[in-house]
Amino acid sequence: MAAVEKPGVDYLRPRTWQDAVALKTENPAAVPINGGTDLMVDLNFARSRPPTLLDLSHLDELRRWEKSNGTVELGAGVTYTDVLEHLGSDLPALALASRTVGSPQIRNRGTIAGNLATASPAGDAHPPLLATGATVRVESMRGIRDVPIGRFFTGPKRNVLEPDELIRSVLVPSARGPQQFSKVGTRNAMVIAVVSFALAFDVPSRHVGTGIGSAAPTPIEAADAAAYLDRELAREGYWEDHRELSAGVVDGFADRVAAASRPIDDVRGPAGYRVHALRVMARRTLRWAWSALATDGIHAH
Amino acid sequence: MRARQQLDTKVRDRTTHVRGVGTSPPRPDAPLKVLGRFAYASDLEIDGMLWGATVRSPHPRARISGIDISQALAIRGVATVLTAEDVPGHRFYGIKVADQPVLATHEVRYVGEPVAIVAADHPETARRAIEAVRVDYEVRAPMTDPEEALSGAGDLIDPGGNVARHVRIRHGDVSSARSRAEVVVRGEYASGVQDPAFLGPEAGLAVPDGSGGVDLYVAAQWIHDDRRQVAAALGLDPSRVRLTLSGVGGAFGGREDLSVHIHACMLALRIGRPVKMTYNREESFVGHVHRHPSRIRVELGARRDGTLVYSKVRLLLDGGAYTSTSRIVIANASYFAAGAYKVDHVEIDGYAVYTNNPPRGAMRGFGAVQACYAIESAMDSLAGELDMDPVELRICNAIQEGDLLPTGQGVDGPTPTRELLEHLRRLPLPSDRLVAGEDLRRLPGGVGNTTHGEAVVRGVGYALGMKAIGFSGGVDDISTARVSVSVAGGRPVAEVYSAASECGQGIVAVQAQIVRTELGIDSVTVRPADTDIGDAGSSAASRQTWMTGGAVEGACHGVRELILERAARRLGRSQGDLVLTPRGIMTPGEGEALLHLADLLCHDTIEHTFVYHHRPTEPIDDVRGQGDAHIAFAYAAHRAVVDVDTELGLVRVVELATAQDVGKAMNPQAVEGQIEGGSAQGLGLALLEEVQVEDGFVKNASFTDYLIPTILDMPPMDVRLFEFPHPDSPYGLNGVGEPPTLSSTPAIVNALRDATGLDLPRVPVRPTDLIASLHGDGSPGG
Repeated sequence: MAAVEKPGVDYLRPRTWQDAVALKTENPAAVPINGGTDLMVDLNFARSRPPTLLDLSHLDELRRWEKSNGTVELGAGVTYTDVLEHLGSDLPALALASRTVGSPQIRNRGTIAGNLATASPAGDAHPPLLATGATVRVESMRGIRDVPIGRFFTGPKRNVLEPDELIRSVLVPSARGPQQFSKVGTRNAMVIAVVSFALAFDVPSRHVGTGIGSAAPTPIEAADAAAYLDRELAREGYWEDHRELSAGVVDGFADRVAAASRPIDDVRGPAGYRVHALRVMARRTLRWAWSALATDGIHAH
Repeated sequence: MRARQQLDTKVRDRTTHVRGVGTSPPRPDAPLKVLGRFAYASDLEIDGMLWGATVRSPHPRARISGIDISQALAIRGVATVLTAEDVPGHRFYGIKVADQPVLATHEVRYVGEPVAIVAADHPETARRAIEAVRVDYEVRAPMTDPEEALSGAGDLIDPGGNVARHVRIRHGDVSSARSRAEVVVRGEYASGVQDPAFLGPEAGLAVPDGSGGVDLYVAAQWIHDDRRQVAAALGLDPSRVRLTLSGVGGAFGGREDLSVHIHACMLALRIGRPVKMTYNREESFVGHVHRHPSRIRVELGARRDGTLVYSKVRLLLDGGAYTSTSRIVIANASYFAAGAYKVDHVEIDGYAVYTNNPPRGAMRGFGAVQACYAIESAMDSLAGELDMDPVELRICNAIQEGDLLPTGQGVDGPTPTRELLEHLRRLPLPSDRLVAGEDLRRLPGGVGNTTHGEAVVRGVGYALGMKAIGFSGGVDDISTARVSVSVAGGRPVAEVYSAASECGQGIVAVQAQIVRTELGIDSVTVRPADTDIGDAGSSAASRQTWMTGGAVEGACHGVRELILERAARRLGRSQGDLVLTPRGIMTPGEGEALLHLADLLCHDTIEHTFVYHHRPTEPIDDVRGQGDAHIAFAYAAHRAVVDVDTELGLVRVVELATAQDVGKAMNPQAVEGQIEGGSAQGLGLALLEEVQVEDGFVKNASFTDYLIPTILDMPPMDVRLFEFPHPDSPYGLNGVGEPPTLSSTPAIVNALRDATGLDLPRVPVRPTDLIASLHGDGSPGG
C-alpha cells in the first residue's frame, strides 16, 4: 500500500499583476486568494484542498479604483469597506449591499472580485452588479476579455472563468438615478441573504435594472419585470410628472420580480417565503426609489 | 441565639475593602480576552506533541460490522489509530449514567458518535487519516420522533427502554378541582434545539507522566467529575490522572459532558507522547450536548377573577441517543412546570426519551427554560381568555414565601415575585414613533434595508421565571477552597486555591474579592484550578459563587482564627479582644494597629482549607413527586418591547428590561454581564437559535447558519438588581446565571403575540410564523 504524501499546499506570491497572470497560466489549478473570507473557511473545514494558492492580497495595484466616462473600474482588490467609505454616491446599491456583508472585519478583507469568483447565489454584491449592468474584466496570458455580468454566472458557485484566467477588475456604471438594495436575513446583521433584491434607475435612458440574490441557482435579473416597468412608466407618462406610482404598477412589477425567481427550501428559509419576501421587497424598493426620483429629480441617488 | 452572635462576629470582622465583595474590580482575564491574547485550551502547545482526531459515525443508527484501520496507519506521520478494543478501562462513560461508549462498539446511535481516534504529527495528517479509516456499517432506520419513542411503538434505542425518565408530580387533586374552574385554556408549546454556542471549541492536551499516569489540560466545567470518568475509562486510579483547567471559551452546560478528555489521554498513553485535540466548529456541533427540544402541553384552570385553580402539564423532552443529564433535566423542567405561581392542584408528567438524535443534556436553565416558555405562554393565553391584563394575572397568582410548590416543599427565602413585576410595569415604555430617515439599525431587518416603517407593528410582553439554585434532590454538594497568607516584599499577600471552573462568569475575580473582604489583604492571587485540591463541584446550576464563595469565606475565617490566635499569643492578649483589619491586628474601636500582619508572619505561611456544604435536601418520591428537594430559589422577570415587520416576518427587539433578585451582587458588573448574556441567550431561543436536525442529521453546523444574536440584535437592557439577602448563603447572595435565560424567551414571544395576535406555539419564532398570510405555507412544523 502506497504511503500518502505529506499534506501540504504550494504557495505562490507574485510580485506584480503580470506575474500573477503568468503564474495562473503555469498553474491552472492554483486558487487565487485575496481577503480569504470564503476560501479560508473552506480550507479550515477541509471542504477544499487546492494544491496551490496564488496570493494576490499584497498587490496594491489591485486595491485601486478609477472613475472615467461614467464608469467606476474597481480593481480586484477593492474591498466592501472601500466601496462603503468612498463610492457610496457613485455606486449606491453596491454600497448598500456592502454594508450588509458580514462584520467590519469581513468587510475590511473581503473583495467584490472575490464575491464574483466564489459566485455564490447568495453573494451580496451580485444583485447590485446585475441591476447596474456591470462588466467583469478578466485576464490571462491570452489577453483581456470583458464579460457582461448577466453572462458571468453559470451555476451555483460556478462562473465563466477559464482555468488560466483571473478577475482583473469590475466595471460598474456610475449611478444616473436612484438605486436600492434590500436583503432579508433572519438576523439583523452578519447574516447570509435568505433573499435579496437590487434595483437601479437609469434616468437618462428611462430604464430600470434589477438583480435577485438567493432565489435561483445563480444571481439573476428580473428582466420581465424591468421591461414591464419601463413600458408602464413610459406608457402612463410617469416620467413626465413623477407622480406617485399606482398600486397596479407597483404590484405588476413586484409580481413579475417574484415570478422570475426559482428558489429552493434550505436551512435559511423555505422557497415560499423567498418568493413572498421578494414580492414585498420589490414593492418597497420601487416605491423608495421612485419617491427619491420624484423628490430630487434626475440627480437623485 | 448563639448562632445569631456568631453571625454578628462574622459580619463584624468583614472589612469594606475597595476591591472587595460588592465592588467590580477589573477582571484579571479581561484585558487578555479583549486583546485576543488569552490562552484558551485550543491554544495549548507543548514540544513534541501530536494531534488527535476523531472518526465519527455518518449514520444516525447502524450496526458496525467491521473497522479497518490499516490504510490510516499506512499514512506517513500517523502514530496510532485506536478503536473500542483499545479502551483500557470501562468502555462506557457518562456524567450521571455510564451508558455512552468511549468509542462505539457494535452499534452507533447518532450522527457524530465517535468510532475511532487517531494521532498524527500534523492536524491535516490526522484529518486525512480519519478519512482513511474504513468502517463497515449496516445502516438501520433511525427513530427520531420523540412521540414515537414515548409510545413504545418502535424498536428500543436503549436496552432499558426508550423512556429515560418519567417524573410524576401530584399536588392536590386536579380531577376534582376541574369542576371549580370557570375558565380553562389549553395549549401545546414546542421549542427547538438550542446550542450552547460557546466560542471556544472543545480542546485539550494530554501529557503522559512517564510512569503510566497522565496530565490533562482541558476546558471544562467540573474537572473532578471529569477526572472520575477519565480515570475509569483509562483503568487508572484517579490519583494518576491529574486535570488542570485550561482557558474556557464559554460553557453554558455544554462542557458538563466529556469531549476530548478520554480520547486525548488514550492516545497520549498509547504512544507515550503529548497529544492535543481540538474540534473544529462543525465537529463541535456534534461534540457537545444541546438543549433538549420540548413539546409541552399545558392546561390551566382559573376562576373568573384570575385565581389559578389547577394546572396540568405534560412535558416531553427528546434526550437523543444517550442519557447525559436527561434524567435530571426532566426533573428540573417538571419541578417548575407550574411556573412561579401558587396553584393548589397540580398534575405534572415529565418524560425524557431516547431517540437517534444527537445527545441532549445540560444547558443554562436546565429544563426550566422550556417549562418557563410553556407556562408563561399559557399565562398570556389565559389572560387573553379572561380579558385581563397579563401582568395583573401574574401578580395575583405570584408565588409567595410559605406557599407550597407542586413538590410539596414550602417556598423559603426571599420571594419578591410581585416586586419584580411591579417594577417592570412601572418602567416607562420606549417611544413608538418612527422618525423619518430612521437609522436602519433601529428597524426590523436592520441594515438589510427591508423596511422604512412599512408594516411595522409594536408589541409588549412580560414573563416571570423561577428556578432552583444549586444541586437539588438529595445531593450532598460540596466545594473546597484553600486560602494561604504570607509576606512578600514586606507586605501580606494571600493566595486562594480551588478547583472552581472559570468559564467566563467571573469566579476568579469573586474569589479574590472575598479574600480581600474577609482578611483585608489587598494582594490576592488566584491559583489555576486543578485536581490537586479537593472538589469544587461544577460551574453549573448557578451554584459556583454560592458554593465556592462559601468555601473561600470559610477558609478565610480559618486563616483569620489562626492569625488572631498567633497574635494573641504574641501580644499576650485574649484572642476575643482582637480583630484583623487592613491596617493590621487591632482591638475593636482603637485607632492604632497593635501589630502589622507582616511582622506577625515573617517567613511563615498560614493556610486553611475549608469544605462548604449547603443545607441537606431530599429526592422527590416516585409516586407523587413530593420532597424538599431544593436549597434555594431565584426569580427574574422580563419585559420585552418588539417591532415586527408583519409582511416580512422580521423582528427588532426594541427593549428588554429585566428585574432580578440576586441576593447580593458580589460583583455588580459581572452580575449584569450574566444577566445581559442570559437574556441574550433567551432572545436567541425566541428568535434565532435552532440546531436544525432532520432524520438525525444536523443541517446547520456552523455559525454561518446557526445564528446567535449580534450586538445589533440585542437591544439596550434596563437591568434592575434587587438585593434581598438570602438567609442561607454566603453574603446573602443568590445564584444569578440561569434565571435571566428563563423569562427572556417568553417575554419576547408574548410581545410578538401582542404585536401580531398570532398564537406562536413554537420557538424559535421564524419569519414565516409571523406572516399571517403564509401560515401553513412552506414552514415545516414540529
